[in-house]
Amino acid sequence: MSRIKPLVFLVCLLPFLRLPLYGYLGSLGPDPVAFLIHSTGIWSLVFLLITLSVTPARRIFRYPQLLLLRRMFGQYAFFYGVIHFLLYAYFDQYFSLTAIWRDILDRPFIMTGFTGLALLLPLSCTSTNKWMKRLGIARWRYIHWLIYPSAILSVVHFWLEVKRDIREPLVYAALLGVLLIYRLAYMFYVKKASFLMSLWPKSR
Amino acid sequence: MMIIRNKEDIPSSEITEEKVYLDRRAFFKKAASLGLIVPGMAAKLVQASGIFGLFPPLKPAAMPHDPLTSFHDITHYNNFYEFGTNKSDPSKYSGALSTNPWQVKIDGLVRRPGVYSVNDLIHKYPQQDRVYRLRCVEAWSMVIPWSGFPLGSLLKQADPLGHAHFVEFWTLYDPKQMPGQRVPVLDWPYREGLRLDEAMHPLTILATGLYGKPLPNQDGAPIRLVVPWKYGFKSIKSIVRIRLVEHMPQTSWQMAAPDEYGFYSNVNPKVNHPRWSQATERRIGEWGLRRTLLFNGYANQVGSLYSGMNLRKNF
Repeated sequence: MSRIKPLVFLVCLLPFLRLPLYGYLGSLGPDPVAFLIHSTGIWSLVFLLITLSVTPARRIFRYPQLLLLRRMFGQYAFFYGVIHFLLYAYFDQYFSLTAIWRDILDRPFIMTGFTGLALLLPLSCTSTNKWMKRLGIARWRYIHWLIYPSAILSVVHFWLEVKRDIREPLVYAALLGVLLIYRLAYMFYVKKASFLMSLWPKSR
Repeated sequence: MMIIRNKEDIPSSEITEEKVYLDRRAFFKKAASLGLIVPGMAAKLVQASGIFGLFPPLKPAAMPHDPLTSFHDITHYNNFYEFGTNKSDPSKYSGALSTNPWQVKIDGLVRRPGVYSVNDLIHKYPQQDRVYRLRCVEAWSMVIPWSGFPLGSLLKQADPLGHAHFVEFWTLYDPKQMPGQRVPVLDWPYREGLRLDEAMHPLTILATGLYGKPLPNQDGAPIRLVVPWKYGFKSIKSIVRIRLVEHMPQTSWQMAAPDEYGFYSNVNPKVNHPRWSQATERRIGEWGLRRTLLFNGYANQVGSLYSGMNLRKNF
């Protein structure tokens, strides 16, 4: 696993690396700004779903080593989300903090996206061994539970962006739904723990 | 083996000269001047970055000598859901649409209803070149050189009755040729409408050409409406029927989301879409934003059509 880790790291970086290349080749399409913002947003969402797939996948395929990649996937979700936000902040708002703040307050579409990303900030900061030790595993899990509201808000954000054809956000919503339902089912039937107790790892 | 580092390992270049070390005044002076130089350099950088369009003042949507949007962009960035909902779908999937022969039916409250072939219309009404801005409800825009003729000429020929107050337009319904219609994204066929005075306005045209060529399929061949002061979706494509009616007709986008798309849908920077701002737009081909103008910059020509009307209520 530690050997393929650098390879996975590079592959995950490709969706970002291709952007300057596309720009150089002039193949970002007639509306390059829309392409850049859309593409980075989608990849953030994809990495959120990949991160959430690690636990089910390692259980189903009995491959616990997958856990070693989860932190990287999560950091990539945050990375693409930050690029997505910065592109929006620059091209749509010219980095005007007042305009961005007003946009967040006025529009549920922006509010959901911004909140979803903001929730990932503490997760990204505490995704180190040092912080895991410092917080203790119970508290660390408690914080990292935030990935669920973050992923839900990201899907809602995408849903609010499309004009009429909801098929694409529907796919992401369905995938997220499966991942969430898997967890609920696992808790009810495998762990036989109560719903509330499993949602709040601290009280376990 | 063991490496023991001692003082002699520090290269002489790293050691501060005794003179400088002692001259603290000189040091503080230098630091102070650095404190002046760094912000100055930062300001210079921000200024210089103007070439990258950082913090440019917002240009209005209409400027003298605005360049035309390229033929490639006009024909590869389309909202024409009959061929799919991605902007690149119409250029890919509209090739199978057969546009010749094509007939347009005019009926409803008119004295002279009829069925016209587009070829006849092109010969009957002198074709004019019109360069119009097109502002999409999604906050992007283009500058497009159309050719066509005023819708008013055709309507006059049909002779509307006194109680005809609105005009209703229909796009072709043929899921075989228009694969997007197999998906119920909208209530097909696509329908649009104008008030009769809007339809008779000299700026309102039926376009049959683009860049001096016949209209490409993805842009609404062979005949489409162009109403430059309204959001792009009002300019219905590939028209097969024009009907004059007494009451305000329902339009496809209104039926799909009545709180988001009104009948009038005049370009208005002060009336936002419920989910996004309409204050600015991005001109295709540019990286910066432009200020959106009331009636897409055609307020002098069409403003009188709406005098006394609440544009926020009648969005």
